[in-house]
Amino acid sequence: MRFQLIGVNHKSAPLEVREKLAIPESRLPDTCRDLTAYPGIEEGMVISTCNRVEVVAHTTNGSADLRGFLHEHFHLKPEELDPHLYEFREKDAVRHIFRVASSLDSMVVGEAQILGQVKEAYATARAVGAVRGQLDQLFSRAFAVAKRVRTETAVGSSSVSIASVAVELAKKIFGTLQGKNVFIVGAGKMSELAARHLMAHGCASIFVANRTYDRAIGLAQKFNGQAIKFEDLYNSCDKADIVITSTGAPHAIFRREHGEQFLARRKNRPMFFIDIAVPRDVSPDMAKLDGIFAYDIDDLQQAVSSHVADRRKEAELAEAIITSEVERFEARLSTLDVVPTIVSLQDHLETIRQAEIDRVRGRLGQMTPEQEIAVEALTRGIINKVMHTPITTLKTAAKESEATTVVDVVRRLFNLRDKDAAAPSKKDEVGTRH
Amino acid sequence: MSLLWLRFALGCYLIGLVYAFVALSRTSDMFSRIALHAASLGMVFHFVSLAELFLSGQVVWASVHNGESLLAFFSMTFFMIIYAIYQTTSPGVVVFPVVFFLTFVAALDQQPVLLTQFVSHQGWLIAHIVLIFTGYAALLVSFGASLLYLLQERRLKAKRPTSLISFLPALEVIDQIGYRSLLLGFPFMTLGLITGSVVAITAPTIGRVDFLDPKILLSLLMWAVYMIMVFTRWNSGWRGRRAAFLATFAFVAALAAWAANYFSTIHRFAS
Repeated sequence: MRFQLIGVNHKSAPLEVREKLAIPESRLPDTCRDLTAYPGIEEGMVISTCNRVEVVAHTTNGSADLRGFLHEHFHLKPEELDPHLYEFREKDAVRHIFRVASSLDSMVVGEAQILGQVKEAYATARAVGAVRGQLDQLFSRAFAVAKRVRTETAVGSSSVSIASVAVELAKKIFGTLQGKNVFIVGAGKMSELAARHLMAHGCASIFVANRTYDRAIGLAQKFNGQAIKFEDLYNSCDKADIVITSTGAPHAIFRREHGEQFLARRKNRPMFFIDIAVPRDVSPDMAKLDGIFAYDIDDLQQAVSSHVADRRKEAELAEAIITSEVERFEARLSTLDVVPTIVSLQDHLETIRQAEIDRVRGRLGQMTPEQEIAVEALTRGIINKVMHTPITTLKTAAKESEATTVVDVVRRLFNLRDKDAAAPSKKDEVGTRH
Repeated sequence: MSLLWLRFALGCYLIGLVYAFVALSRTSDMFSRIALHAASLGMVFHFVSLAELFLSGQVVWASVHNGESLLAFFSMTFFMIIYAIYQTTSPGVVVFPVVFFLTFVAALDQQPVLLTQFVSHQGWLIAHIVLIFTGYAALLVSFGASLLYLLQERRLKAKRPTSLISFLPALEVIDQIGYRSLLLGFPFMTLGLITGSVVAITAPTIGRVDFLDPKILLSLLMWAVYMIMVFTRWNSGWRGRRAAFLATFAFVAALAAWAANYFSTIHRFAS
């Protein structure tokens, strides 16, 4: 269990830092490849959402310089990044992954989206071969744990989410949402969800602008809305009272001058920007304008934190599930560690047995079927009797810390070849290029 | 007797005053209900007090203190109308302290009536008083709303979770309260000033109206600011900080115009 995890999330790092670390979807496979090529890393995976960027690795010797990887990959100075980083190893890393997948570490505890995001990250890393045996097991288990948390606790059941918080805030600004217009900039799942909530509370009509016009049309149709060409964004945006923006643009697309324009055309009627993009779409100096209310993803987090208290009880229950699951996973993983040894031990003895029978057969000549069966039963019986204690010992040892010692001793005593062990050493050669 | 009822009313308004201070720091549904009931009860006493004055046979409202009492009553009526429409007691944060102050001054003592014997057109005088006081009350509520707007705007901008559970109504609702009061108050104020002029010009003992009198100048200033407020709001939708500045200015001008009663020669009509 040589898992190691490093990263930032909405609690450890402000949006400014997360913006620098955010990895666009298209760059994710390359990042995974770079990660696995980094010294000391066997398998690796990167989770990058608007609230977190995390690097998970299975290392060759239990300790890899993941910090170094981040500095190198993002060209960031250590003093810029390090104060915001958290790092977990082994059991703690497993616990953290379980918590993330179960949405206990989320901005909105219990929201369902994170699980999908982790699954996507996992699929991406798997596709490029960055996730194999160990991380594969870890994440399969994490997904199962997430499901268990969801079904056994009420953490995910409450309607509190970014979307409903957005509705609440909109009501604080506009009173009633009846007759208000919504503008979606950048078609995405989260903005669609927010829009759906707003429409359910009486918003009148919806506009969609997207870089890919077809996607805008697609989403607009879902809401009986109107697709707007991205070039016309600034000319038509003032029609909206509520703007949900989530583009992947590297810079703010709404700047102060745009805000002033909108307000002038709207006779200063207020506008509410729900900015769920990272990096942010609404520049901070535009958000300062009177009449512009811009909530970025961090602000929404603050707004929901008051609701989180209600869920604390359920979250405690979920944490208990996580704790027991971490123990189970640990036990299972180390049990699995001895399985190859047991298998190769059995293989080894079976080969010996077969060889001996063949030898004896030559001397005894043709045996009757009854004799054949008797010899077979006799030899097997001896081997099973002899092997019973060593195998039980191995299995018991697996659950304790001495597992590796026992496995080593058995392997050396029986001179067992390790098929699996060959792979990492080859990996090392690839990894240690400087 | 009228003074006694007024003092009962004052006691009720005191509860409203306490509410005004508490509401700024915490939200309590129960307390706002208590304040509302107290205010209603206060209004009943207040009404009795005013009715008694009226039934005494003369238009005795024309003394400064009775005027204050009447203005306080109008402001409370305005507050209740807003409560009936918008189900919010939040304008009380501004209205209650002002009402309390006015009632307090009015309840100090009974002033001698100085005015009526000099006025030839009693109908005009009553119209003047009612119109201008309605205008003042509307201005007060509008001023209060613009302060609340500012407060709510700051809360929403500060993005604290508490902004979700504050006692304040939605920003647009506050805006509407302020704007509607403003629109409603303006014609009353205008007509009030016109009727006032008529009363002054026709008053037999004065004959000549001094247009440099502070009361007249301040009233005109207040009216001008009022008009600017209505215009900027209607034309370019000014709200928030800029509207609050204007409203504060208009309110201060109104206070000054009111205070001018104490040193103006023409409004006092006293020798």
